[in-house]
Amino acid sequence: MESTLAAVRREAVARNAAHVDRIVLRIGVLSGVEPEALRFAFEACAPGTIAAGAELAIESVPALAFCTTCGCEFAAGPGFICCCPGCGNLSGDLRSGRELELRCIEFTPATP
Amino acid sequence: MTPDFTPVTTAPEGYRINPLSGAAARPARGLAGPLSAEISAALSASPRGEVSVRSADLNLPLLERNDILAERNRGYFLGRGLVALNLVSSPGAGKTTLLEHTLDEFGLKTRCAVLVGDLETDNDGRRLHRPHVPVAQITTGTVCHLDAGMIARAAESIDLDGVKVLFIENVGNLVCPASFDLGEQVRVVLLSTSEGEDKPLKYPPIFKSAHVVLLTKIDLAGALGFNRALAVENIRRIAPQARLIQLSARSGEGLPEWYDFLRSLAPTS
Repeated sequence: MESTLAAVRREAVARNAAHVDRIVLRIGVLSGVEPEALRFAFEACAPGTIAAGAELAIESVPALAFCTTCGCEFAAGPGFICCCPGCGNLSGDLRSGRELELRCIEFTPATP
Repeated sequence: MTPDFTPVTTAPEGYRINPLSGAAARPARGLAGPLSAEISAALSASPRGEVSVRSADLNLPLLERNDILAERNRGYFLGRGLVALNLVSSPGAGKTTLLEHTLDEFGLKTRCAVLVGDLETDNDGRRLHRPHVPVAQITTGTVCHLDAGMIARAAESIDLDGVKVLFIENVGNLVCPASFDLGEQVRVVLLSTSEGEDKPLKYPPIFKSAHVVLLTKIDLAGALGFNRALAVENIRRIAPQARLIQLSARSGEGLPEWYDFLRSLAPTS
């Protein structure tokens, strides 16, 4: 979370922001990052920073796999088993689900 | 003409309102909800241009400190011409025993080194100690996994000259190590026949991230009533990307296939 806030600060300062009001993160379901733990860390780390009091929005990114037989992308089933709905083949080719991204920030610009 | 009243008030939520310009100079919280981006865009585009929460799309991967150090390790290992393997499993799946045999057999012809992690004791480090093998024990205290920083420091503490294969024996844990890239080229996940056949289904992230899955202690399968076919099926369902090798360090069954695999990673030796 500290490195997330560092990135937020860097991007916000580069845009002449006075304050960051909202942070949107994209977190893959297989990233190993637990959204609730992230929120807890944010509440602990944000005070005193440019993002103090900001809203933290977390978009969950589903696990998607690619089927080389059918050439299609499909959502992993229960238990993250990636069984192609078209042909039934199992795929180990994960195309999403491990993301850990700062999608966007909303901020109040500094008054000139 | 300037209106004749005090221009700044503080809203109960803590942000300030300046009625002179109509802009919230420093709102304590931003717009929320499904239309927030559209609303903030519309506000920014208002003719007065003063209500000004702005939005910046970044789509920036957040490289946590560990990932940065892991990439540095990867480059360091690559530059030295060695392949690093991260061995992960539950406690007691047979990582150390497999490494003992690997060092005594494969390690005689190919120079190997080991970094081994445990919460306490250097028992494993001493078990793995061989005159021809540099070994470093990492005791993590209360930490349930190795991280890239520990690996960087431990790798600097041993002599890697001529080493072709670096084994990293992780702390026994099937959960946290999944999230910590160490800079390895190959992640090896072990599942032993003394565990349940459904372990891969119960701990998908670590198996999803495996390049190789080793089914260990296969000599015990019969005595334990372990259903190997079911375990293999479960591994295939969760980790179809992984190469599967079934072995027993004690009986030696399957070890040649493991060594062949290691040789394929370090072909110059």
